[in-house]
Amino acid sequence: MPDFAYIRARTIAEAVEALSADPQARALSGGQTLIPSIKQRLAQPSALVDLGAIAALRGIAREEAHLRVGAGMRHAEVAADAGVRALAPGLAALAGLIGDPQVRNLGTLGGSIATNDPAADYPAACLALDAEIETSARRLPAEAFFTGFFETALAPGEIVTAVRFTCPRAGAYAKHRSPASGYALTGVFVALLEAGPRVAVTGAGPGVFRWAEAERRLAEGFTADALEGLVPPADDFLSDLHASAAYRAQLVAVMARRALAGAIAGSRG
Amino acid sequence: MPQVTLTVNGQAVREEVEARLLLSDLLRERLRLTGTHVGCDTSQCGACVVHLDGRAVKSCTVLAVQAEGARVTTIEGLAGEGALHPVQAAFREHHGLQCGFCTPGMIMTAVDMIARHGAMDRATIRRELEGNLCRCTGYHGIVSAIEAASREAAG
Ligand SMILES: Cc1cc2nc3c(=O)[nH]c(=O)nc-3n(C[C@H](O)[C@H](O)[C@H](O)COP(=O)(O)OP(=O)(O)OC[C@H]3O[C@@H](n4cnc5c(N)ncnc54)[C@H](O)[C@@H]3O)c2cc1C
Ligand code: FES
Ligand code: FES
Repeated sequence: MPDFAYIRARTIAEAVEALSADPQARALSGGQTLIPSIKQRLAQPSALVDLGAIAALRGIAREEAHLRVGAGMRHAEVAADAGVRALAPGLAALAGLIGDPQVRNLGTLGGSIATNDPAADYPAACLALDAEIETSARRLPAEAFFTGFFETALAPGEIVTAVRFTCPRAGAYAKHRSPASGYALTGVFVALLEAGPRVAVTGAGPGVFRWAEAERRLAEGFTADALEGLVPPADDFLSDLHASAAYRAQLVAVMARRALAGAIAGSRG
Repeated sequence: MPQVTLTVNGQAVREEVEARLLLSDLLRERLRLTGTHVGCDTSQCGACVVHLDGRAVKSCTVLAVQAEGARVTTIEGLAGEGALHPVQAAFREHHGLQCGFCTPGMIMTAVDMIARHGAMDRATIRRELEGNLCRCTGYHGIVSAIEAASREAAG
């Protein structure tokens, strides 16, 4: 793999400065996506700005009806956190389903959402739990953050610093793993927020999205049979060697029903 | 060139490294700790698993410079003088290996999962082995070895 410069940032400001100074520089968090990409020459950064030592990107805090999770929190830490397990058990379970134990020990929330892989898990939690993404420059709703296929609203030199998830009244994630990679062939997060139900789908389309028809049905009644017989149109869905668009649509329907059942079973009333 | 200072199996290490040097290469090529294996180099197989500050990681997917200030334990650092680590002994007892290529990563992963879970059932062990591939054993002996070692550790 080609060499690059290495900068260990101590603060968010230092990281932003180093990234802004060199358009070919890339942020490095857990490295679980970036290092494989550099090996495959999919990324050829001139410099890596390591965020791993920035204390301000760490930590999980309760803020009234929200959970604020630092961008540098590793998947295994989110999965094991007592506060997340109590207030957003679906989020903890989702983090525990990412990849494998070794990937969860290094991969981070910030790195995952900055990548916006269409098969990644966290983006579904961000949409379903009406998350606000905090960056080094601003705050924006998750729906404005995820802009397309491996695309986000991040500007050059801007880094994710934290995500504020809304604690749901009920919520669960159901995922059909690709047996080879562990990524979501499809994953659906169903949540009941104070503001109403949300259904977020990952792995099926070119990017994470909310399934409006399912949300409309759940608004009429958040009951176990509410999604019976409902299958999303497969028009924009991905079709590849793993699954056809029609199969993915079917999986979305099944995962949504399972997530709903999980949400009702674990409901906090 | 960047410099990295870390502890490997209790020994202080200071090396000048290229930023791109992988932790697996630092261990194998520089420190001659060739017990850590590289099976795929693409983050899939788990043959390269070591402990970084007590957590199991794939050392082919960590830069050596990221281990600055860290404590690294490899398969060589597990056993005491003249005796196998209990998980190593369980792998021998329960036919947890054939060719042995996956074994260092399997054992480092097993030690990590036992530390987190204590005694485990077979389904939990299989789920925890998601990141480790074995092309010989069919996993049965590996799961039996970890099951036995986890019971022993839990007393
Ligand atoms: C074997 C394997 C299986 C996996 N399975 C899954 C899975 O099932 N589900 C899933 O969702 N993911 C999966 N992943 C991906 C994993 O979750 C990664 O950890 C994650 O996608 C990236 O996080 P990271 O901290 O490792 O980021 P890095 O690899 O360090 O960075 C990824 C990208 O994000 C940028 N970046 C990092 N942090 C920030 C920040 N704070 N602000 C702005 N940009 C930033 C980097 O510049 C880079 O472009 C898997 C990975 C592997 C190797
Ligand atoms: S060599 Fe590291 S995962 Fe295969
Ligand atoms: S014993 Fe040969 S690969 Fe596992």
